[in-house]
Amino acid sequence: MRHRPRGEHIIRFDGVGLRYGLGPEVLQDITFALPAGSFHFLTGPSGAGKSSLLRLMYLGLRPTRGRVVLFDKDIALTKRYELPALRRRVGVVFQDFRLLDHLSALDNVALPLRVRGVKESEVQKHVPELLGWVGLTEQLHAKPSTLSGGQKQRVAIARAVIGRPDLLLADEPTGNVDDHIAMRLLHLFEELNKLGTTIVVATHNEAMVQRFGHHPRLHLEHGTVQRVS
Amino acid sequence: MLNRRSDLPLKGDATSRFLPWLVALMVYLSAVAVAGTFVLAGLVSRWDHDVAGTLTVQIAPVPGEAGEMLTDERVRQAADLLRRSTGVTAARPLDKKQTLALLEPWLGSAEVVKDLPLPRLIDVTIDPDSRMDLGDLADRLGQSVPGASLDDHRIWLSRLINLSLTTQWLAIGIVLLIGGVTSATVIYATRTGMAVHKSVIEVLHLIGAHDDYIARQFADRAFSLGFAGGLLGVALAVPTLFAIGWAARRVEGGFLPQLSLSIAGWVVIALLPFAAAGLAMYTARLTVHGTLARLP
Ligand SMILES: Nc1ncnc2c1ncn2[C@@H]1O[C@H](COP(=O)(O)OP(=O)(O)OP(=O)(O)O)[C@@H](O)[C@H]1O
Ligand SMILES: [Mg+2]
Repeated sequence: MRHRPRGEHIIRFDGVGLRYGLGPEVLQDITFALPAGSFHFLTGPSGAGKSSLLRLMYLGLRPTRGRVVLFDKDIALTKRYELPALRRRVGVVFQDFRLLDHLSALDNVALPLRVRGVKESEVQKHVPELLGWVGLTEQLHAKPSTLSGGQKQRVAIARAVIGRPDLLLADEPTGNVDDHIAMRLLHLFEELNKLGTTIVVATHNEAMVQRFGHHPRLHLEHGTVQRVS
Repeated sequence: MLNRRSDLPLKGDATSRFLPWLVALMVYLSAVAVAGTFVLAGLVSRWDHDVAGTLTVQIAPVPGEAGEMLTDERVRQAADLLRRSTGVTAARPLDKKQTLALLEPWLGSAEVVKDLPLPRLIDVTIDPDSRMDLGDLADRLGQSVPGASLDDHRIWLSRLINLSLTTQWLAIGIVLLIGGVTSATVIYATRTGMAVHKSVIEVLHLIGAHDDYIARQFADRAFSLGFAGGLLGVALAVPTLFAIGWAARRVEGGFLPQLSLSIAGWVVIALLPFAAAGLAMYTARLTVHGTLARLP
């Protein structure tokens, strides 16, 4: 795990606005900063822009205005070939998982290692280990289409954390699983957080946010951050 | 290269079915054009050799009393013109005595021959590397000096050589055009493939794949498809070339010069599948880079 002085900001938004095409601004005047090692919930009603905000954070979109600073790099000023290195430090659990249907669970989870050029022997060692850890030992070679919603989600989470990211973004990671598994997943995130990973979990599951009430939340409403607590 | 791993399911794409056939056709056509170029080049170099060296200009004699002097004047004019032409290294008029010496074996050395109006000859040495246009030289000579003429056979050969050279350039142009069409097809196929696998590409991009990681997978695929197509094209072209050679030999009978494809020609044809595969690979790679540059 990389060494970081505490208190440094992992990511910073400065007056960020976003619109899709010629549509209205779905996000406006977003300003916040996440300290390294923090754990935030990102809440807000459906359509408030949680997924869009995360998309800006994992560099899946460029803001239409404002400044995004990720790992002390102003994204607008960063060269294109330097972006992959930043993306590799961010793990993402997509709301719709985005698993590759033609690849097995193992190959899906191996992707972040393979794009980094990690040796195949390392891949074959670490990936089954992690999949075992999320309870998918039996499904190593299963294609996503044969997995249940909850199993897919765990594959997606394994893929997000296999590269030991500094920042983990999870979009509705508990949307498809029962409460018991949701709890386990959140405990998994807390473990990762203790190891130093900064975490943002987008959800509209109020009950769960209450249960893990010791974590601060970013609340989105009407396209802007209403409260950071 | 052919066994590198790929995260993209490119094997099942429609491209896999049509690209090899298209490349096969293109390589087939290129092989025929290349063979044509080399056969012509062989002919030209042989003909060139025949033309190279020396040639003779004849000046018809002017009859009559004053004829001799007028003829001398024409010989001088022609020699001047020849010396001024590029590619001519020397023009040596033969005087009457030398001409008579040349004719002695046929006419004998009788005194009477000396009074015959004999054509006068100019010995011309040309630079074998200059590829000069003898037809043009003959035209200029004929226009400025009445009664001057250049060895006919050589002019005809020279014109044929020019035609062959033009045809060779045409063939090279055709090969380039074929390359262009192949590239355009690969660009189209690659763009289609990228559209089909958009979501996979997006995921790879978002988890931090460099553009080249993605481009390489398309490039590898294009290489194998191009190579397979190229081999097929050459496999079809070789029997065709043999058939043409066989047909040409049947009509040869002195009319057609010996047609044969040099070793170099065969080597170039053997390299065509590699060229096609390389072109496909390079084009695919550039296309993917170009398209990915638009992602955030
Ligand atoms: N690709 C897109 N093109 C155009 N508009 C979009 C796109 N994605 C999202 N939007 C719009 O942006 C707004 C915010 O959407 P977003 O998905 O970020 O909300 P959300 O908070 O994640 O919602 P949910 O809780 O339902 O997942 C919505 O009005 C949506 O219609
Ligand atoms: Mg969402």
